[in-house]
Amino acid sequence: MLLINCPWCGPRDETEFHYGSEAHIGYPEKPEELTDKQWAEYIFYRNNPKGWFAERWVHNVGCRRWFNIWRNTVTHQFGPSYKPFTKQPSRPK
Amino acid sequence: MSTVQFTFDGVTYHGNKGEPLSAALLRNGIKVVTESSYRLRPRGVVGLGYEEPCALVQIDSGSGEPMVPATKIELVDGLVVRSLAGVGDLPNQIDKARYDKTFRHVDVLVIGAGLSGLKAAQKAANSGKSVIILDDQFEAGGYLKDLNEKIDSKILNSLKKNNVTHLQRTTAIGLYDQNYVVAIERRTDHLSAEILPEIARMRNWHIRAKEIILATGAFQRVLVFPNNDRPGIMLSHAAATYLHKYRVGTFNSAVVVTVDDFGYQDAIRIHKSGVKVQAIIDIRKKVTGKLLEQVKKLGIEVILGSTVVNTSADQSGSLNSVSIAQTSLEGEVIGIKQEIKTDLLAVSGGWTPTVHLATYLNLKPVWDKKIAAFVMPKLPQNIKATGFSNGEFDKVTNPPAVFFGIIPEGEDAKVSFIDLQRDANVRDLRRAVGAGLTSVEHIKRYTTIGTAHDQGKTSGTTTMGLLGQLISKEPHEVGTLTFRPPYVGVPFSALAGRDLGILSDPIRTTPIHSAHLLANAPMEDVGQWKRPWYFPIEKENMHDAVLRECKAAREDVAVMDASTLGKIDIQGPDAGIFLDRIYTNMFSSLKVGASRYGLMCGVDGMVFDDGVTTRIAEDRFLMTTTTGGAAKVLDWLEEWLQTEWPDLNVYCTSVTEHWSTVAIVGPKSRNLLAKLAPTLDVSNEAFPFMENRYAEVAGIPARIARISFSGELAYEINIEAWYGLHIWQEVMKKGKEFNIAAYGTETMHVLRAEKGFVIVGQETDGTQTPQDLGMDWIVSKKKDFIGKRSFTRSDTTRNGRHQLVGLLPLDNKTLLPEGSYIVNEGDSKKEGKLTHIGYVTSSYSSSALSRTFALAMVADGRNQIGKFAEVPIGNNVARVEIVDSVFLDKENTHRDG
Ligand SMILES: [Zn+2]
Repeated sequence: MLLINCPWCGPRDETEFHYGSEAHIGYPEKPEELTDKQWAEYIFYRNNPKGWFAERWVHNVGCRRWFNIWRNTVTHQFGPSYKPFTKQPSRPK
Repeated sequence: MSTVQFTFDGVTYHGNKGEPLSAALLRNGIKVVTESSYRLRPRGVVGLGYEEPCALVQIDSGSGEPMVPATKIELVDGLVVRSLAGVGDLPNQIDKARYDKTFRHVDVLVIGAGLSGLKAAQKAANSGKSVIILDDQFEAGGYLKDLNEKIDSKILNSLKKNNVTHLQRTTAIGLYDQNYVVAIERRTDHLSAEILPEIARMRNWHIRAKEIILATGAFQRVLVFPNNDRPGIMLSHAAATYLHKYRVGTFNSAVVVTVDDFGYQDAIRIHKSGVKVQAIIDIRKKVTGKLLEQVKKLGIEVILGSTVVNTSADQSGSLNSVSIAQTSLEGEVIGIKQEIKTDLLAVSGGWTPTVHLATYLNLKPVWDKKIAAFVMPKLPQNIKATGFSNGEFDKVTNPPAVFFGIIPEGEDAKVSFIDLQRDANVRDLRRAVGAGLTSVEHIKRYTTIGTAHDQGKTSGTTTMGLLGQLISKEPHEVGTLTFRPPYVGVPFSALAGRDLGILSDPIRTTPIHSAHLLANAPMEDVGQWKRPWYFPIEKENMHDAVLRECKAAREDVAVMDASTLGKIDIQGPDAGIFLDRIYTNMFSSLKVGASRYGLMCGVDGMVFDDGVTTRIAEDRFLMTTTTGGAAKVLDWLEEWLQTEWPDLNVYCTSVTEHWSTVAIVGPKSRNLLAKLAPTLDVSNEAFPFMENRYAEVAGIPARIARISFSGELAYEINIEAWYGLHIWQEVMKKGKEFNIAAYGTETMHVLRAEKGFVIVGQETDGTQTPQDLGMDWIVSKKKDFIGKRSFTRSDTTRNGRHQLVGLLPLDNKTLLPEGSYIVNEGDSKKEGKLTHIGYVTSSYSSSALSRTFALAMVADGRNQIGKFAEVPIGNNVARVEIVDSVFLDKENTHRDG
């Protein structure tokens, strides 16, 4: 079970969280101006890198708040977590 | 030491309290413990711990447990066990024992309480760290304990003094990310064969440690040669321990076959126990040092460059002689066979460090030729390994041979076993190689080696070694050891703990629940909620009850407990704008005191939830959601507020449990409400549809909403939760003169279906747009909202999408099973593949229609109205007419009463 560092509460067990997929995918400003392909990319397409990945989690049964965190998809190590709309820390080595 | 009685296969025996059952069996002369599962060959005790591949038993006393190695059962008075041929029986009585769980955070967790584990724990504790040390054996001491050597009492005392949590009989079954370990502690089986109700039988430890020290020891390996499975052939460490420590006697003489110096140590122990060791057969050509001198002094013959090449048995199947011969390290028998009569063959085939926990982290053990073993891989910073598990085999003068056995052909190959529990042998390995397999992962699946109860603890490395010998490769070139948790078999009861029965999942009931129970209403599970399904009068069946309840709602008045509907209090100056973005229709224009039905979609445009939302104040809305969707909708609202629209000043709170809701439905509901709320003007003009009024109902302040999920005149009375039961009782009392009937979820479903109202999750499965459901009217053209862009995607605008329609079976008594598929007329009789044009989503008998009817999703459904189709039901076919989804009161004349 992962130990996830909520930027508001500190490290907590994975069972307290829900996963929210790739981070930094914003709702398009003018959806009506997008082509079908661009809109489909927003809805359906996500990266799935081997290695460090910035992703969203929500501390559902804790503070109920969303945040972003770096996670290594190979080793399951975590890098820094950060609140939404704050500067993204650089990719861990 | 006290003597206790136990029963094996129905016969009573005696043994020493606290010794392993395997020792007691041997002491009683039971060499043949069981038959092998596939080839039905006699098998006996091989090992000393969880590596045991043969001596598995079923425990029938106490809680009962299938497939337990006899080596891991501590003898207690009254123990009842029986032998197993590979397959255990799940105990069929309910386990009355207790099981519990505990959660711990520590600085250091040490796994294994042999000397190196104990020393590591002592060191950590002395430096002021919090420490847990756990070990799966009956007592601490590991390898030294087996040699009958005492552990320095200073170490154990210092652990005690430093408040170290020291657990024996506790097995770490899994190691997970960020140093999370799950361990099972067996707490009572060694105290009593009976269930001890006051003590939890097992405790499931969940431990998160800053640092983990693996001191998990090692397992000895078997060697492969024809007939290497006979009772009386044991791992040498186990054989020596049974004879020297447990004094089981039983054997008359012994032969030791070895690839390393451990065989010599074990030969000395066997000799000291009083059993004559006739010879040590060592595959190595040259051996020097103290151990050699010691065994020679004891008069034990040492035969070098040789190994065991066959064995024979007495009538019971137990070993009575071994054949030895000069053999090359590649497994080629060179010399002339020589026979030695003996009833014990102690096999020292090398040691395999117990690297299981490290491999659970997807780390790959590495081959160390010097000690002929796979050893711990490079471990993460906060995990260390020590002792045998780290390949630190001290006291070794001569390096071990890299040798796993001989690889015979023909009939001999069939009885040269690699995995004793699976009866997998050299012939299987040869066939796998012959089929072109060269990776151990493929071989494992082809031969089943390593897939039995013991998970290849003794056979894993041997397989790779022999495979390497066969295809001229080093063991590490054919793969590596990969294990999966759990490390040993674990009873489900230990994992469940106390989360059983009513504690397995929360049960949610409304404040009116007791009235439903008194009315003998059967309950339906809706998520975690218990909702009354229908309210039978005396012996009425469900069908009759539902027809009666529907009739009351359509002709008189009926009442339902609607308290389970999800309720979310949405507050803030931007609440209206927020709801405009969430719902497909407009809410910022709703006037205070009014209610509106809303539909919400995902970004993909698919219907996600629905419900009625009321504007309580300029900056406050009360949203209702489906009963099952409440939590998911709240999550959804918060996600958008936090991650997309932090500029909106809006707050959401779940208030589902704060309010009880009693719905009164039917043409006489206005008269009933007038009786219940004498101060309220209930006329259609003063209290129109989709409006709310505040008034006292039966003396309680209430918000009354004029909304309807049945098409009839209806009101929902909302009161503070704890008045729910009172209001229900008052409604029933005052409703008597109007022939009131209580109704449940089934009637609710029928009433809404007659009007063609969808239920999210019944008509929908996450692939329907509002347009598919014929609800274009609720999709705003003026504003943007979540999902809007998806309505112009090529997939959502294409022809042929499934659309909501009604179905009328031509035989008006035929009830179409929900989920049935629908085919074109005439297609049911055709051979071959049918064209599936849709499926039934809801199907009921209707009192108002005096017939059965259904809702369905049908390809291009609205254009099919008036046509006929077929629904196969088992071997029969129902013909149906495709009709509009609204069956009753298309003009909405009922809703005003
Ligand atoms: Zn938190």
